[in-house]
Amino acid sequence: MKLVIAIIPPHRLESVKQELYKAQVNLLTVNEVLGHGRQKGITEVYRGVKETGNLLKKVRLEIAVNDNFVEPTIAAIVKGARTGETGDGKIFILPLERCIRIRTGEEGREAIG
Amino acid sequence: MNSGDTAFVLVSAALVMLMTPGLAFFYGGLVRRKNILSVLMQCMMVLCLVTLQWIFFGYSLSFGPDLGGLIGGLDWIGLHNVGAAPNADYAPTIPHTAFMIFQAMFAVITPGLILGAFAERMRFGAFCLFSLLWATVIYDPVCHWMWGAGGWLKALGALDFAGGVVVHLTAGVSALAAALFLGKRQGYPHAISPPHNLPLAVLGAGLLWFGWFGFNAGSALAAGSLAAGALVATHAAGAAAGVMWSVLDWRFNQRPTMLGMITGAVAGLAAVTPASGFVTPLGAVGIGLVAGLACWLAVTFLKNSLGYDDSLDAFGVHGVGGVWGVLATGLWATRAVNPAGADGLFYGSGTLLGAQFLAVVVTAAFAFAGTFGLLALVNAITPLRVSEHDERVGLDLTQHREAGYTLIE
Repeated sequence: MKLVIAIIPPHRLESVKQELYKAQVNLLTVNEVLGHGRQKGITEVYRGVKETGNLLKKVRLEIAVNDNFVEPTIAAIVKGARTGETGDGKIFILPLERCIRIRTGEEGREAIG
Repeated sequence: MNSGDTAFVLVSAALVMLMTPGLAFFYGGLVRRKNILSVLMQCMMVLCLVTLQWIFFGYSLSFGPDLGGLIGGLDWIGLHNVGAAPNADYAPTIPHTAFMIFQAMFAVITPGLILGAFAERMRFGAFCLFSLLWATVIYDPVCHWMWGAGGWLKALGALDFAGGVVVHLTAGVSALAAALFLGKRQGYPHAISPPHNLPLAVLGAGLLWFGWFGFNAGSALAAGSLAAGALVATHAAGAAAGVMWSVLDWRFNQRPTMLGMITGAVAGLAAVTPASGFVTPLGAVGIGLVAGLACWLAVTFLKNSLGYDDSLDAFGVHGVGGVWGVLATGLWATRAVNPAGADGLFYGSGTLLGAQFLAVVVTAAFAFAGTFGLLALVNAITPLRVSEHDERVGLDLTQHREAGYTLIE
């Protein structure tokens, strides 16, 4: 079992979700984050005081998958998010020790999907 | 001069002024978080810019001594000869300056209404230039036609108590032209997030409703029974339309919604505006009920079937509501409420309705074509639309280098 973490630009979320659903990946968690890779940020100015804000809005997805779903999930995220420009984002694959469905107590392969 | 009338008109001017920040919150709550400041900024800036335009030459063009029924002259540039003495044509019991500043607030909020059509995608500099041109070339002439001494629509017998033709129809139709000219937002309709702060929008609607008492009742230009009647009509229409929209949402969309209710109320308030000084309370309720229905249909079906991105339904509410209200005046107006008005169709005469219809057609055509032309002109000087990148990042950061809300401190 693996935990797939993807950081993508907010405006790609809709197409990434659609690609994931097409790949039969239907369970996911999404939250808003700030961050940057090699992209430059935008400086904000408040009554003459500069905030050298270089953190940009991003979206983070967390998806728990069985091993045989890792490649299809990566492919779906890349298909939905890639634009060819800096700032497309990154995907991290973490090993997932256990996964439990709270409602039923199921574990492992059954709990994931 | 009457101190009661003067006090009332000055307070009404302040109430109408409050409608511009109110509109800013109403629209602001409806856009995405990344664009809240751009909406607030456009409204507050138009308050400043058009105020200056009004003082320098806008008031003169709108209400100054008539030229051919089409425009006021330049006699009152810089408010020359606009002083303490009342102007007998417009408001014989209050200082001329009081009338002028009351009207200023109308001139200010009208361009603000239009920005609902192109929210989230217009460059700020282009917006400022367009708004100033629009106020001068569209608002001032139409204002003169309908309210100026010698204005040709007024001479024809058309009635507009507080701004159905002059404010809602011009702004609403111009909004449609702008939505079509600027094109849809990226990702419209499926990838546009819902309103980011509906409580803020409700606050805005509340301020608008409150300010509308100044807008309509204040247009009586005297503290008396006509103002009282206009206030009642205003309130009744807003209430009726708010309920109507909620009922329609409940019946056809499973639940009454906050957004629907406040939109409905605003539609009713807008629709009754031209009729407010000419109709009975029951007439106002009728106007409100139909406004709720007509605008609900426009927003639900017209926009989706025709596919244009009128982001905040400026045309659906003010355009459609304005058209209905101006025509409804031709139905429900009665001399029993205002002897200086006329009798509408429901009181025995179709003449007024004919004049109202003409006013609608001519004003709509002028506003639509004129706005299209102005947008093309401004676009040739400086691009109207933000770049794709700026639209994605958001107007607050790219146009103003500010964020409306701090995400991480």
